[in-house]
Amino acid sequence: MEKHHINALKEIVGEENVLTSAEDLYCYSYDATPGHAHMPDAVVSPANTMETSQILKLANDNRIPVYTRGSGTNLSAGCVPTKGGIVLLMTRLNKILEVDLENLVAVAEPGVIVADLNKEIATLGLIYPPDPGTVATATLGGTVAENAGGLRGLKYGVSKHYIMGLEVVLANGDIMNTGGKNVKDVSGYDMTKLFTGSEGTLCVITKIITKLVPAPEAKKAMMAIFKDLDNAGKAVSAIIAAKIIPATLEIMDNATIRTVEDYAKVGLPLDAQAVLLIEVDGNPIVVEKEAEKVMEALKANHADFVQIAKDDAERDKLWAARRAALPALAKLRPTTYVEDATVPRNKVPDFLRAVSSIAKANNVTIGTFGHAGDGNMHPTIVCDIRQPEEMKRVYKAMDEMFSAAIELGGTLSGEHGIGLGKLPWMEQQHGPVTMNAMKSIKRALDPNLILNPGKLVGEC
Amino acid sequence: MTDKITAKDINEQDKTLLADLQDALANCMKCGNCMEVCPVYKEVGKEAAVARGKLSLMEGVLKGAIPLSAAFDTAMSKCVSCKACTAKCPCGVPADELILRGRQAAVKARGLHPIKKKVFALLKSRQLFDFSLRMAGIFGPLNFKKLPGKMASLARFPMPGMDYKRVTAPFASTPLRNQYPEVIKVDKPKMRVGFFTGCTINYMYTDVGQSVLNVLKENDIEVTMPSLQHCCGTPVYMSGDVDSAKILAKHNIEVFDEYNFDYIVSACGSCTEAFRIEFPHLFHDEPRMKEMTERLAKKTYEISEFLIDVVKIDKSKLGPVNTTVTLHDPCHMARGIKVTKQPREVLKSIPGLKFVEMKQPDRCCGSGGSFSLGNYELSRKINDKKIADIASTNADLVATSCGTCRMHLMDGLHQNKLDKNALHVIQLLDQSYKAGHKK
Repeated sequence: MEKHHINALKEIVGEENVLTSAEDLYCYSYDATPGHAHMPDAVVSPANTMETSQILKLANDNRIPVYTRGSGTNLSAGCVPTKGGIVLLMTRLNKILEVDLENLVAVAEPGVIVADLNKEIATLGLIYPPDPGTVATATLGGTVAENAGGLRGLKYGVSKHYIMGLEVVLANGDIMNTGGKNVKDVSGYDMTKLFTGSEGTLCVITKIITKLVPAPEAKKAMMAIFKDLDNAGKAVSAIIAAKIIPATLEIMDNATIRTVEDYAKVGLPLDAQAVLLIEVDGNPIVVEKEAEKVMEALKANHADFVQIAKDDAERDKLWAARRAALPALAKLRPTTYVEDATVPRNKVPDFLRAVSSIAKANNVTIGTFGHAGDGNMHPTIVCDIRQPEEMKRVYKAMDEMFSAAIELGGTLSGEHGIGLGKLPWMEQQHGPVTMNAMKSIKRALDPNLILNPGKLVGEC
Repeated sequence: MTDKITAKDINEQDKTLLADLQDALANCMKCGNCMEVCPVYKEVGKEAAVARGKLSLMEGVLKGAIPLSAAFDTAMSKCVSCKACTAKCPCGVPADELILRGRQAAVKARGLHPIKKKVFALLKSRQLFDFSLRMAGIFGPLNFKKLPGKMASLARFPMPGMDYKRVTAPFASTPLRNQYPEVIKVDKPKMRVGFFTGCTINYMYTDVGQSVLNVLKENDIEVTMPSLQHCCGTPVYMSGDVDSAKILAKHNIEVFDEYNFDYIVSACGSCTEAFRIEFPHLFHDEPRMKEMTERLAKKTYEISEFLIDVVKIDKSKLGPVNTTVTLHDPCHMARGIKVTKQPREVLKSIPGLKFVEMKQPDRCCGSGGSFSLGNYELSRKINDKKIADIASTNADLVATSCGTCRMHLMDGLHQNKLDKNALHVIQLLDQSYKAGHKK
């Protein structure tokens, strides 16, 4: 980027909203994904849609790459500025513009922190369900762009199920609106869904219309410990077959159980092959009935130990083990990869077994926990990125792990997105026809390939 | 100051200075959870303001990707040392300590800021420091709690951040330790306690010191205020000048060890933290000092903690204090020495006193010691949020356990035109004992 480009950017957003010092640029060279870092030429924070549009026009005219960024908590290297250029920092667009109670929708800017939106609507008895682990820091725009999910994905789905409309700026600076407040809307291509999860490769999101849902009145949490992995798998199937959709249905494998126990001493048996944590929510009467049925399903499938939380304090205790999973694993070694390979839920035991044998074969430490109910697993690889020999084994294990997921009919990502981290396996999952179709869309909407180039669909 | 000092240059000066941090830095998985709790990031909104960014910058310097520049220095200084990031970190990265090491590296490589250098030199001479403060004439940017001052002295040593509107505590005409004999005897003492006054209480908030002495007397405790005690060194340590911090620490350790007290008390979270955590840390590789420091650390208590956990005060002697009070937890109390229950128990045991909890009582007030001097506008913004939380409780006054917090809260109450007072917890207990006598 040349000096006059920087000056032009300063003209648009004001001097103080363009960062160019080496120190500031270094701070925007990474996200939460290990192993990918690259310095941008400038970090630019627009205040509104118009400024965003002007920045994109400038970038497009001059073929400058643009990497849109929120809080940078993503786990796919999605906002790493791999080709330099502009990091477009959207955190100043941070207003909740409207909470429309008659239509049960909210309109917000992309820089709003997801937890802040939920705090705002909690008093109205509403929730915005997508709740990624980073909900307290992640921006709404980032979670929409990555199509983020969360713990309650089984019952509530992921971001795309809640986005009703968007205002976006296209690569050339044009401002475009998609969808709206209509519950039923079948007019034209579903551009809203296309842009949700487009990972900054097709547009820059500047306004978001979200669906809100009534907050569940009651919750009930249960835990079950299994010494046999297949029994845990059967229990998951039995719960769903009993026509109960829990809000949360979490699993931890043996490696994770051992690590958690070592770190948090929550009282899990070290020989357990799986721990299930289940939470049902909704109407208090229904919740009681469902909890009973879940308990029956657990016992019928030979759970070695079951517990149901009587009150909030007990619920917190049950959750402690699951909450400790990532921190406990992350503390083992300096580098932590949290993957999110996903398989059909009846394949969860198969996948856990595959990961465990891949870990053993490659002498790599992998603990797997995740959302058993929706098949979204988090094989978490802990290693030291500074050890080249170890990293060779890690990359090999990763390769085998994603291949295993795909072979089981699964997908590379349940909620984190592809970015750069999972790009190598995209063709394996989707095949050449789909990849070409995706690239055609990218080229149609961003002919100069300035938006997050090289990510998600790769080089075009 | 040159802008071109690289990691190679530092490591040539001191091979261990940052290199030994590589593992600790690598443990940061860049999840960004620290963004949720960092009061500075909330105001600044830039990655360099939050722990994740600062640790990355240190990694960058170590890799030789960026120089140890003035901008690096500035980034490291933009931290209130509130420890919220460390408490939040899922990987247990001690970010607050690492940032201090970043400051140390900057000091080592680039030297101390010339003004700080002068003041720290002054501080190292106890007599001269005492003389200076008593004269209240010389007034250097010795960070925070030590040297707030009069406007007249501002002109001689202009201080960044000392806004002319800013409310500070006046200097005491007679410092606390000059108001009393060294040993304050009681009939039938049940224990002998050494009182580490800290500079704020000795030179400014003598009212807190008096309350500490009254309350200890009420509990039949003999108190000694060693006349040779000196600044605990926290401000110096926090600025990255470890050599000076060690000189101050060693002095205090040797002075207090002479007396062989049953306990050492302090009425400030940071001073207590210095005795309990910083000093043993500073001397961890010097066997003689380490042993002495650990002995003292074990018997050092913050005053509320001491009264509740050790003395177990007789609450029947307390009289009514009819007021509504909310409590601000200083960072070094809440996350430094992890004392939050005891000040509440002190307040709740006072008859007539209505205690109301504010939202996030342990969120930093923005003072951050020297931070508020160098970054007054920013510290005000952080403080305004705290003041809003205080206001929403409708309490008559806010209690706290740290002089610097008290001063910053007072300033904030004034700037926000709220007619409320800020007091130390122990002052309310003192009032209650007095009311008890009138019963």
